[in-house]
Parts: sequence; C-alpha cells; structure tokens
Amino acid sequence: MTRSSTERADTTAGIGGSPIRPDGALKVKGEFAYSSDLWAEDMLWGATLRSPHPHARITAVRIGKALALPGVHAVLTHDDVPGRNRFGLEHADQPVLAEDVVRYQGEPVAVVAADHPETARRAAALIEVDYDVLDPVTDPETALADGTPALHPDGNLVRHVRIRRGDPEPAAPVVVTGEYTVGMQDQAFLGPESGMAVPAEDGGVDLYVATQWLHVDQRQIAESLGVPQEKVRITLAGVGGAFGAREDLSMQVHACMLAMHTGKPVKFVYGREESFFGHVHRHPAVMRYEHGATEDGRLVYVRARILLDGGAYASTTSAVVGNAATLGVGPYEVPNAHVDAFGLYTNNPPCGAMRGFGAVQACFGYESQMDKLAAALGMDPVDLRVRNAVREGSTMPTGQVIDSAAPVAELLRLVRDKPMPAPVGDAEGVADPRELPGGVSNTTRGEGVRRGVGYGVGIKNVAFSEGFDDYSTARVRLEVIGGEPVVSVHTAAAEVGQGLVTLQAQIARTELGVHQVTILPADTAVGSAGSSSASRQSYVTGGAVKAACEAVRAEVLAIAADVLPAGGELYLNGGKVIASTGEAVADVAALLGDRVVEHTVEWRHRPTQPLDPATGQGNAHVQYAFAAHRAVVDVDTELGLVRVVELACAQDVGRALNPQAVVGQIQGGSAQGLGLAVMEEIQVVGGKVVNPSFTDYLIPTILDMPPMPIDVLELADPHAPYGLRGVGEPPTISATPAIVAAVRAATGAALTRIPIRPEHVVFTTVEDGGHSS
Amino acid sequence: MEFLRPASLTEALEAKAAHPDATPIAGGTDLMVELNFDKRRPSALLDLTGVAELAEWDTDGGSGGDPGGDPGGDTVRLGACVPYSRIIGELGGRLPGLAMAARTVGSPQIRNRGTVGGNLGSASPAGDAHPPLLAAGAAVEAASTRGSRRIPAAEFFHGPKRSALAADELVVAVHLPVATGPQQFSKVGTRNAMVIAVCSFSLALHPETGAVGTGIGSAGPTPLRAEDAQLFAAAELEGRWEAPGPLPDSVLRRFGELVAAAAKPIDDVRGTAEYRRHALAVLARRTLTWAWDDYRTGSWSRCA
Repeated sequence: MTRSSTERADTTAGIGGSPIRPDGALKVKGEFAYSSDLWAEDMLWGATLRSPHPHARITAVRIGKALALPGVHAVLTHDDVPGRNRFGLEHADQPVLAEDVVRYQGEPVAVVAADHPETARRAAALIEVDYDVLDPVTDPETALADGTPALHPDGNLVRHVRIRRGDPEPAAPVVVTGEYTVGMQDQAFLGPESGMAVPAEDGGVDLYVATQWLHVDQRQIAESLGVPQEKVRITLAGVGGAFGAREDLSMQVHACMLAMHTGKPVKFVYGREESFFGHVHRHPAVMRYEHGATEDGRLVYVRARILLDGGAYASTTSAVVGNAATLGVGPYEVPNAHVDAFGLYTNNPPCGAMRGFGAVQACFGYESQMDKLAAALGMDPVDLRVRNAVREGSTMPTGQVIDSAAPVAELLRLVRDKPMPAPVGDAEGVADPRELPGGVSNTTRGEGVRRGVGYGVGIKNVAFSEGFDDYSTARVRLEVIGGEPVVSVHTAAAEVGQGLVTLQAQIARTELGVHQVTILPADTAVGSAGSSSASRQSYVTGGAVKAACEAVRAEVLAIAADVLPAGGELYLNGGKVIASTGEAVADVAALLGDRVVEHTVEWRHRPTQPLDPATGQGNAHVQYAFAAHRAVVDVDTELGLVRVVELACAQDVGRALNPQAVVGQIQGGSAQGLGLAVMEEIQVVGGKVVNPSFTDYLIPTILDMPPMPIDVLELADPHAPYGLRGVGEPPTISATPAIVAAVRAATGAALTRIPIRPEHVVFTTVEDGGHSS
Repeated sequence: MEFLRPASLTEALEAKAAHPDATPIAGGTDLMVELNFDKRRPSALLDLTGVAELAEWDTDGGSGGDPGGDPGGDTVRLGACVPYSRIIGELGGRLPGLAMAARTVGSPQIRNRGTVGGNLGSASPAGDAHPPLLAAGAAVEAASTRGSRRIPAAEFFHGPKRSALAADELVVAVHLPVATGPQQFSKVGTRNAMVIAVCSFSLALHPETGAVGTGIGSAGPTPLRAEDAQLFAAAELEGRWEAPGPLPDSVLRRFGELVAAAAKPIDDVRGTAEYRRHALAVLARRTLTWAWDDYRTGSWSRCA
C-alpha cells in the first residue's frame, strides 16, 4: 500500500509503532488514579435509594428519618430535580429520580449526601417509600402484542426497522430455519460508576467522572440541572473500562444536584452489586431466521425477525435495532432480504450500548444458520461462507455498495489454513488439568472429551450511522519550551483503556516530526470528540488530531518558506524543517522562537444517510469492518463443560496505527465474545436480576482464554485517515458463533441459545435425533 | 461494629463468650463479601488472625508445620486458620482429598487467605472443604470457655449456613485421619477456575477397613454423604482389595446412580437440579475409577 507523503517522519513512537502507553505501568502497579480515587477536602458521599420492584407505582416517599440521621446533609427526590426530570441518549424518557412509577428493579428513587459513605447508605435505607406493586412486562414478545399495557406514553415499541430488498416472495430449493436466543450480557467493567461533582462560584458545577462522551453527558446534565450547558464543566476521570456501559448517565446528575444543593463536593462510588443496576446491558434477543439457497450453495434469500429487549428505558435501543437490521444477514451477498428488527420496552433492566452493538446478536443468528445450511447442503461450512462472502463492490441489503476492502473470503481462508492445535496431553495422553474442560476443578482425565472446530465471520459498522452528524474536535499547539519544540494535543475524547492517548501522541509525532507530545486531560473546554464507542475514535478523533496537526504544520512551513530560499516541498522531522533533498534547512525551535502555532479543527467523516422507513434502503454506514474466527474446543460431553483450546482470528484493520494495541483489541474483544458463548449472562427472573455479583456473573479468566494466533490485514480504506478501519468491535462479534459452532461440532447438540450452559450441552437433543449424553 | 482482636485462644474464647453475636473472621474471603454486599451487618467481628495456635497443624505423631519433617502419626489436627495454600503445600500427602479440594478454591490470593475453619463457620452447602471432610470421616473440634468437643463432620451441618456450633463456640481445629488409601475431589463449575461449585463430589477409599467415604457438595441444603453408595461400594470392593482388577462398568454406574440419588439438589442461578444429579453421577463414576486405579497401581501412595 502507499503511505501518505506526510509520513516521512521517522520515529518508532509515531504511526505504525507501538510506543509504551503512558498509563500502562501505573495501571499494572495499581497506581493509576481511577474515578473511584477522586478526593476533595470536605467532600460528601452520595448514596442512591433504588426501587426493589421492576414495576410499581410510588404512592408516598418519606425522607424525614433519613434527614434526621446525624451526618446527613441532603436527601433529594424528584421534587428537587432543578431542570427537566428526564434524560436519555436518543429519547429523553428516563427520570433522573422516579416520580410516580418505577419501571425496573434498581431505578433510582432518591439520593443522599452525607459526611461518610456508610452514613449515606444508612440514610438511604431509612427513606420510606410506599409502592403499589404492578405486574411487570418481562417478555418482549408480550410487550409487542396488542393489549399489553403501555409502559411509556408512545407504547412499547421503541423502533421497528424494515429491510426490504429484491423479490418479496422468493423461493429456493434448499431452505433452513432456526430460532436463536441471546441472553443478557454485561460489560463487566472493573471500575464501578464513580465521580465527583464540585460546586462552582458561578452557580455551575465541575464534574470529574468516568464516562465515554463528555459532551453528551454535559448536555443531558445541564438540561436536568436547568442551567446553561457552559455551567457544567466536565473533566474525564480515570476510566476503569467502559465497553458501552458508560454511554448513559449513571450518577452524574445526582452528584451535581447534591453538590449544588449542599455547596460541597459530592462523590459517588457504586458498589459492585449496585453497578449491575447502574448501567445498561447488552440487549437480549430472540431471532427467527430463514435462509434459502441453491443446491450449489448460493444464498437466494434471507428472512429474519429480530426481537431486542430494550428494557425499561430506550437508551440507544434505536441505533442497536438499526445495526441488527442493516447487518442482520451478515457479510454475505443476499439478493433478496426481508428483515424486521424490533426494539421493545419491558420492565427488564435497561439495555443499550455494548461492544458489537446489535451486530453481536444478529451474528449469532446468521452464522448459526450458515452452519445449518452447510449441513443441509452437505457443504464445508467455510466453503459455503466463502462462496457467499461480500467483497469490495458488493451490495448490502440496504442497497449500500461496499466501497473499500471487504476481504471476508480471505479472512476465512486465513483462519481455516492455520495449523490445528495438537491434542492436549503428553505422549501418553496425560494432560495438565488446566488444559482440559473443567480446568483446575479436576473433572476429567480425558473421559467424555471430544474436540470440535467451528467458524464465524462478522460485520460491523464503524462510527455513527444513519445520517448522524458524527465529528470530533482537536486543538493542537506547537510551541518552544526550554529550547525544544513541544506539541500539546487537546481533545474531549475519552480514554477508556483502548489506548487513544497513546495514539493521539503517535499521530502528532508523525505529522509534526516532534518527539515531545503532551496529551492534555480530556474536558469540555474543547469541543466534542463524540463517543468512545462504535470503534470510531481512531477514525474520528484520530482524523481530527491529524487534521489539526496538518493545519499547524502548514503554518510552520509557511513561516519557514518566508525565511528560507524558495523552492521545493518542505516537511517536518526530528524537530527540523526538511527540504525535499532530505537536508535539514531550519530548526523548528529557532524558527518559532516565542511564536505559538495553534489550530482547532472540527473533523467529520463523510456523511451517511438515514434509512428509508419503508424499505430500509440507504447509505447508512461510513465504513464496514470484518473479522473471522476459528475456534477449536474440547468439550466434556458428559458434563457439558467447555475448554476453548485455541481461538484463531483474522481481521482487516486497514492500517495498524499501533500494532500492539490492535492485537490487544483483538484479544480482548475475542475474550468478551468467548464470555458470551460459554458463561456470561445476567439472569433475570420476573424482571429481577438474580446474579448481580462477580461470584455468579462469570467472566473468562486467564485459564479460560486460549492462545490466539492472529492475522492482521492492512488493506487501506481510501476514505479513512491513514486508511485505518475501526478495530474494537469486530472480534467480539465473530468469536461467539465460532465457539458455539465448535461445541456443536464436538457434541452434535443443536445449541440455539447463548451463553451455552452445561445442561444445554448435556440435555439438548442432537440434530440427528439422538441424544448427546 | 466492634472489632475484637484476641492474641491467644483463651482470649478468643473469652471474647466469644462475652460477645456471642460476634462473627469470627479468619481469611475473610466469604465474610467480607457478605459485608461488602451489605448482606450481613454483625454487631462485632472477632478477628482470629492474631491467634497463633489456630494457624498450625500437627499430628498425633508429633508437631507439624515443618514441610521437610515427617512427624508420622495417624491423625492430622488441622488448625482452623491454616490457609488453603498451606494445606496444598504441606498436607497433600496426608490429606490428599482435602488438598485437592483446596486447589479448586478461588484464586491464589483467596487460597492464601481462606481457611477450612472459615468454610465450616460459613457452613455453606457449596463450601469446597466440606465434601472431603465428610468422605474422610473428619471431626470438627469446637471450643468455648465451657470446654471443647469433637463433632463428626457428618453431624456438623444442620442446614443452609447453619451448623452444630453453639453461640459461644469457635471452630478451633479439624481432625482428619491420615489417608490410608486414594482420595479424590471433583467439582463442576462453568468456568475453568475461580468458580463456586455447581456441584462437587469427594471420595475416600479406606483399604484398611474396607470402607468407602463420600461427600457431596452444592447439591442439597447441606453437604451430604451418599450412604447407600458408600455401602454399595464397600460391598462391591470386598474381596477385591487383595487382588484388585478393574471395576466392572456396572459397578461404577450403579455407584454413580446411588450418589445422584443421595443428592437433594434445587434449581438455582448456578444450575438445575436435573443437571446436578446427572453431573454427580458422572463425577462419582469417574472419581471411583481414578481412586481404584490409583489403589490398584499403588500410584496414590507415591505422592504421600
């Protein structure tokens, strides 16, 4: 591939290098300051009283006893919300504090500030709330049905997206159908919701918080506080993981209300159990698919009905539904597509953004179908996928033509052609228990263990879609400090662990040829960077930083051109102005002297279009990204326990701006996909969460994650900065169906629900009518 | 909340007598979770980590705690506050079943803190240490200012998180016979490490008496013994100890069925009752196979 002419700057700390991340050592050593470590002189501690019921009418709230507790400074209810008592990312439908009705277990009803966290919690427990308990609506199918009581004024349907392409009544000689279920996954970040609000003398508030998008927080907080947006100033505090769970507000307005009411800094830190009620989860889904194909394995049509349980409030359900619909047939050429995706309100926990965002659920459906179709056709599952794979120039079911690399077939071949891992154990077949299903729990010495291999490939849109004005702002400044040129980069982009602070500095080094780069704290003193989600920050904030650097560079070179003999193109490297001959013709420090060069750029990716409401047609997405996995598993078929032996992944990233970070994203995303395949589920019974702890909400450990052979392709997207393609989400999407397919291959069990539980493996009838145990 | 920190066993027993509501804490791996989740709010904590007597083990053949020495003896007296990591490191030969269970407890950090005394104090049906105590025929030594007594493990558990301990008593030790035959422990969890048992099973063969001990975890209101299975296995093994050959599959399967039948599982967040019974039958069959093979080949004694 060709690289942009601006990339002549040397330095392994620039684009394409993997410099050490500035927060790495601190995090490993436990010295990094997370939002839960915030502290201020004289601060108060907040606590939240939450509804124990998934659906109830509040008839009375009495705060007297709580207020009377010594050490309590404030007890606030919905009556005390100064502005609009509603917030929400897409629809302002969620109360800051519940008024007459609570719609999910854990909904905040009142907040307390006290001089000690224990006092605050005790005071919250002293608040008396009278509830008339109502029947919860806990099934999205019921929510959609006529006659079900409406949980919100506009009914229970948040969004219905229809995709209609080709023949409405297609027929095919080979047809497979299936119904698939996805349980509720949690982002399971380790740093609980936390932050601190500090009242300001101007009547506003300064908020330090772990979040994903400072400016969308700012807008919502200001509306609920009833103050102008500029009176709410937000600085990003140390983020202990996000994965979508910090897109919605949690404690932000509560802390600000209490700070403004008491005149003191107020800090909130949710406990682990509370955190499970403090953020949205991945939408559970029920999906019905019908695939029709020719005898030689070409897809003729796909019909799909995808039901997503949005829970009590909308959050990002509309966009999740849009993704599930537009990406609902997967990375395949499908001439006739008929997809209906629905997002519903229920009284289950609110669901919203999580890595993969609607594409995860659909991928489990369409990839399960591709395996089923391959079996019906007697075809190899990889061959079937390759035969139908999209490529550059293919048309999606929305009518959008894929206009950059789409190496789906190549990704599949790469993972298929990897050498197979050896059987576990030594020459005599004796294995370390950690290599066997059940692991250290000593459940097998090989009895009942069968190996299986499965494949999955997925598609994801990068950045915000459907006509959203998606931009980022970067301010870049070049000045001379202590005789050295120094760059500072200021954005509001949230570093959530993905390595964006490292990447911003790499871009500045490459563009400006200056080694010393300072990344200023992310805050609202600069314009919006958009959200750290949708695999978009390298693309959009990276694009903004690049553009701002280019503006700075142009000005520096103009200054140089004024003082240097005319002729030839100039560029910057090693703190010097370099002529096209490669000769250093000026020193940047000497050239600038006291002069400061600063530019702020608001940068947009190319626009997208809304979907046609009747047909779902439209160029809705900016960029598509693809990953493929091959999973090799050993399954104890008698106990239903799974050990993933190896998880190979191939992904096209357009350009690996930081190769080590790219591999880290692929490993982490795959781990999250593994979790959804075999263990991660928030279990909800009657609208209530029954496992809100890391004791019973299990996430993979190092003994569950297998080795990962990874192939990174760099097929540049000409529309994107440096040709990059978003990295974070695709590996989460395809890991899950690959693992499930491998377990099916090992056991013969149909396995239509994720996460797979041991009893599903043991008691599920095998597809040929037998029994797997 | 009051925090009591006795420096000796005598002080600890006096403190417990004076504060019968005080909850003892050793490693805190169970109790601190409950406190952090606000599930319990005891009036006082009785910290036993300062009581040196509770943190040692010995045998009736001499004092222990020295991994290099071999004090001999037929019984191990395991102090209540000896952490799992020391059981694994120092007692794997004498108490193989308990050491195997200890290896499955939590993470290395948890095994450095957690203790058998704490497991007994919590008396959870899911406690990993309980099945091997039942299988080995252990006795719990409880003490108070009134004196001390030994409670057979099989009589210790009264219900979910309820035990035979009186309000003024502390678990001070567990007495376990040194293994005279192979022992096994297996547990099912939906993760390959750091998992609470969906169900677990422990087995101890006693060649010198011809007896077979069992313990079932996480499949009933208390840890259970599978008494019919024990009697069945003992009867089937009678006559085989002298010239041991492989056990017939029918024996292994019947043993599994009887273990499953002894369980009283429920459906809960970790698994279904049906699955637990099924899995226990599998674990019982496998562990009996392994233990008997180890006995036949003599390989079990090599690690002692």
